[in-house]
Amino acid sequence: MWTPELKKINQIQFGILSPDEIRKMAVTKIITADTYNEDGTPIEGGLIDRRLGTIEPGQRCKTCGNQVGDCPGHFGMIELARPVIHVGYAKSIIYKLLRSTCRACSRILLDSLTIKKYQRLIEKAAKEEDIKTTSEIIKEVVKEARKKSECPHCSQPQFKIKYEKPTSFYEETPEGSVRITPSEIQKRFEGIQTQDLNLLGIDATHSRPEWMILSVLPVPPVSVRASITLESGVRSEDDLTHKLVDIIRINQRLRENIEAGAPQLIVEDLWELLQYHVTTFMDNEVAGIPPARHRSGRALRTLTQRLRGKEGRFRGNLSGKRVDFSARTVVSPDPNISINEVGVPEQIAKILTVPERVTEWNIEEMKELVMNGPNPEINEKTGVSKTGSNYIIRPDGKRIDLRFVGDLNNTAEMIDQGFIVERHLRDGDMVLFNRQPSLHRMSIMAHEVRVMPFKTFRLHLCVCTPYNADFDGDEMNLHVPQSEEARAETRVLMRVQEQILSPRYGGPIIGALHDYVSASFLLTRKKTLISKEDVWQLLLAGKYERELPLPAIAYPTELWTGKQVFSLLLPSDVNVTAKSRTCRKHDVCKGELCEYDSSIYIRSGQLLSGVIDRRAIGADESESVLHVVVKDHGSDRAREFLDSLTQMLLEFLSHEGFSLGFSNVNMPEEGKKRIKALIAENEKTADEIIEAYHRGELEPLPGKSLEETLEMRIMSVLAKARDSAGSVANDYMGISNSAVVMASTGAKGTQLNIAQMAACVGQQSIRGERILRGYRKRSLPHFRKNDIGPVARGFVRSNYRTGLSPTEFFFHAQGGREGLVDTAVRTSTSGYLQRRLVNALQDLHVNYDIIVRTTEGDVVQLRYGEDGVDPMKSYHGRPVDIDAIIEEVLSTEED
Amino acid sequence: MPKLSKDQLFELINEREDRFPKSIRLDIFRKLSELPNLSNKTVSKILDSVEDAYLRSLVEPGEAIGTVAAQSIGEPGTQMTLKTFHYAGVAELNVTLGLPRLIEILDARKNPASPFMTVYLEEPYAKEKEKAQEVQRRIELSTIESISDDITVDLALMQIKISLNDVLMKDKGLKPELIIEKLSKLKKGEVYNKNNDIIIDSKDLTIDDIYKLNEKIRDLKLKGVKGITRVIISKDQELDEWVLFTAGSNLPDVLSIPGVDPTRIKTNHIQEIRDTLGIEATRQAIIDEATAVLQDQGLDVDIRHIMLVADIMTQDGNLRQIGRHGISGEKESVLARASFEVTVKHLLNSAARGERDKLRGITENVIIGQIIPLGTGTVDLIMWSGYQRNNKSIKDV
Repeated sequence: MWTPELKKINQIQFGILSPDEIRKMAVTKIITADTYNEDGTPIEGGLIDRRLGTIEPGQRCKTCGNQVGDCPGHFGMIELARPVIHVGYAKSIIYKLLRSTCRACSRILLDSLTIKKYQRLIEKAAKEEDIKTTSEIIKEVVKEARKKSECPHCSQPQFKIKYEKPTSFYEETPEGSVRITPSEIQKRFEGIQTQDLNLLGIDATHSRPEWMILSVLPVPPVSVRASITLESGVRSEDDLTHKLVDIIRINQRLRENIEAGAPQLIVEDLWELLQYHVTTFMDNEVAGIPPARHRSGRALRTLTQRLRGKEGRFRGNLSGKRVDFSARTVVSPDPNISINEVGVPEQIAKILTVPERVTEWNIEEMKELVMNGPNPEINEKTGVSKTGSNYIIRPDGKRIDLRFVGDLNNTAEMIDQGFIVERHLRDGDMVLFNRQPSLHRMSIMAHEVRVMPFKTFRLHLCVCTPYNADFDGDEMNLHVPQSEEARAETRVLMRVQEQILSPRYGGPIIGALHDYVSASFLLTRKKTLISKEDVWQLLLAGKYERELPLPAIAYPTELWTGKQVFSLLLPSDVNVTAKSRTCRKHDVCKGELCEYDSSIYIRSGQLLSGVIDRRAIGADESESVLHVVVKDHGSDRAREFLDSLTQMLLEFLSHEGFSLGFSNVNMPEEGKKRIKALIAENEKTADEIIEAYHRGELEPLPGKSLEETLEMRIMSVLAKARDSAGSVANDYMGISNSAVVMASTGAKGTQLNIAQMAACVGQQSIRGERILRGYRKRSLPHFRKNDIGPVARGFVRSNYRTGLSPTEFFFHAQGGREGLVDTAVRTSTSGYLQRRLVNALQDLHVNYDIIVRTTEGDVVQLRYGEDGVDPMKSYHGRPVDIDAIIEEVLSTEED
Repeated sequence: MPKLSKDQLFELINEREDRFPKSIRLDIFRKLSELPNLSNKTVSKILDSVEDAYLRSLVEPGEAIGTVAAQSIGEPGTQMTLKTFHYAGVAELNVTLGLPRLIEILDARKNPASPFMTVYLEEPYAKEKEKAQEVQRRIELSTIESISDDITVDLALMQIKISLNDVLMKDKGLKPELIIEKLSKLKKGEVYNKNNDIIIDSKDLTIDDIYKLNEKIRDLKLKGVKGITRVIISKDQELDEWVLFTAGSNLPDVLSIPGVDPTRIKTNHIQEIRDTLGIEATRQAIIDEATAVLQDQGLDVDIRHIMLVADIMTQDGNLRQIGRHGISGEKESVLARASFEVTVKHLLNSAARGERDKLRGITENVIIGQIIPLGTGTVDLIMWSGYQRNNKSIKDV
């Protein structure tokens, strides 16, 4: 369990290992290229030497005496017969140093006056911790130094240095190009003075340049390159081990050849080979040389490859870590739970555990949990298993696995204060729930557990919006916080009800959607009158437990309006003035007398006028009724409101009935004729434009070519065709039509969708142009060449109800394909943008003085957002809803 | 009830100068001055309520607003279109929009895909079309190629013949004399006018050279501003003035054109603003451009998030990119840089430089497994250890 601790690591110093250090930290010299003896024991002085650490369980390390988990591993070393260059430094630093220092005396190629000048500049920049200017000064120093053709200190002539990828250097002397050997480089670098190195941006205390030439190679411990034993008993070594074997072999041959006095040529060849192996050991993707390959032909994954990239050590293991106490399964909806809850399958609840410390207050309960054990019996009342437990931890730290305990009752009696019981997840536990891609903070929220039968996670439909989830097979993850601190933070900061307002725009992101919106429209429109029984039925679903108001109609039967019922769920002192989504934006607003009933007035919690649709309670709608409830009454009341409202609306809708079918998009014959005529008329206009173009009578628009003008004109005519056809269809469809209800309330779909179903699908386009690619000079073989008429270029005059002709269908599929490709491309580009943004901004936070600083301490804003207001707590960006305050104050004045 | 005058109201509101920001005070003043019969007491009550609400809406210290801003801008990116071009203001000009444009802004690109300027004009020019066209001609770049029907090389006579287009010449307000003068300055031969064709007679040149000359004169600037290929004139109905839209951007040069109103001129080329107007203008330009992109896509993002991004991009006086060549690459911490991009290079270089990682940032502390200095991690809790032992409540102490 986590315990508060002081910071352990204060800072990290980077540097290069000197040969001395490598030798000192090595526990052994590695001299044999073999790994195991015949009997399967590691060879002493081989690559799996026991002193390098253990990887087999039960074995003790010969160096530190620890077992697998505790032995950190120990380095070995290989004495190289000849020094080789470290690839990582070849171009960036070795080349730079060779060019800017003297080949004879190793001084920097600047006269002492210039040296002094730059020293002062660097000191000044270092004092200000200005990394950027420091690196600029260094660049300047190098630029100036390498221009010199004669050393200002020893007057020796300097030659041009050529670098050849990846690790060779040549000096262009008057006698011709001569290779500089690593030994020679090492010798030159040894003479460079510390103060000169400072000017070149190298900290000589932690990294002397000659250390960049390796004369001894550290051998990483076996725990870094663990070998795996296959089922057949065959050992398979890590890529690094393979590479080290190569290095040792060549190193040995090189040494033997040198000692035997072999010809220079052979020695040089072997030296070059050693350089290759060491190079690929460091980085197997260096430009200029072929990557080292495994026997199977796969390129080896050596040191650099291990660190780099998304699955590399840094991004894959250090910035993102794998965790225990997590679960993943398919999600499905459950409208009967609270937005704060998540339904967890029984099977998962019995695997995930929460550690609970036994105290004098909970000991009886804990005993029962232990008694229930890992496989508790079914609780008759809930239909799922009782809460059990999987492990207990004794105060001495010993874990007892309850699966293997004979008598659970005995074990239960054994527990006492100070024990920890790892009990199953149960109703009310706080867990984190997440759906990828986690694009914003509402992608991970805290829910209360509801253990349920079956195998899916259940979630309330209103939280689909923040997670961007649907139920076509989406899976989600669940995490169980393990410490009291984590649980507290989780509950206070991350609970769903605390996330109703989005920090992106200062409005609710959780709210009614789809059928909830249709239902609330149907409920709150003027014509809805409800009998007493039905009112009680609705209010039961909405968990309303107070008295009924007076009925709106008392005789002959008592009837209540839908608005009255809706009002009962509102907090009693809400005041909202808003517009419905159905608002037609008339020039003169008739207010509460609007014939579309789209002026919402709520006073003292009573919905006086206006129909409630997406604009009022929907997700993603700011300055709405829901928004006011959350802001003025807090998240608890808002959750209650949403929970009871959604359940009541669903009850209402299942009684009222709501369905969409073929008949909703069907049209009377007259309408069909009108649409047909309209389309024909517009097509004719388009044909006329084309004819005018052919006759050369078309006037180009300014700045456009004739062809562009033609296309633009045709497109606009055809767009008009679809729109006017759509509006004809609209004439035949009233508010009694389910499709119209959904589109106008914002539940689902748009006017365009209806028009496409009932009237005309319209022009299909690729990259904003009419479809023109396919065959030579025509889109499909069904048309004549050079036909640029509407139908030959992707105009779909049919609608989805009647169905598309074969050519239309093909064009439609082409347009649809573009949409799919677009989405696929977009997700990757916007994902990368998001990563860059987060990385650039993540260090920023607000201090206690509202100053925004980076964690380094640099001030970015003197007052967050210029007014210090949290967007999430703002009223759609405005710090304060002044109008509401004025109205409230004035209304109290009047009394 | 005593009625408040506007001045009194203003006084009353400004008494609370240090309590809430100017933007709110102005808003209250605007709204209250429309209401009749306000008493001193009512105004005070309203101000009290506003102050209350304002204090409740402040950010909490420690809040990770950086991450929130990044997410608030990044998340809607998934909903943006990839369709690059759309029309801005006038139908004739294409402008990059949507996700590609947002990336362009955050990348602080030196060469945006579609530079674009909106040029407002000063008094006499703004109201009359003819006057405005005058400015238009001063700005629009005309080259020989753009005003001629044909440019031919006659190898027999060693001449280059430029057939001028009269309509275009007139439209741009150019006279043949000017062209002759400009061409003469090249000193490549005799230049004269023959039947409205301009002839360059260059007998001394080789055939190779004459073709080179032919290429060169095509792009010869006659008039206008470098980089501005087209200028479109359009009437702003709201302001009732003529406004120029340009394809291509050259802020410093257009600013110096007489008739241009330097206080209202706009360009979408952010780097150019940095170079001519300085960093404060750059910051505002980033905010304006990013807001425009998001608004065009119908995405609702609080301005505070965009301001934060603009502020960090312009924090050190230079325009810094969001990414490896800018903010992320200039971080103090080695581990933070290494875990973003080009991992190995950063590690090797920091070793050579002997860098020290002070572990003050977020990524570093995640890497080494310590609590991050942000949010609830910025707070330390100190508990009085004697609390439980004495079994007293805090009040007793």
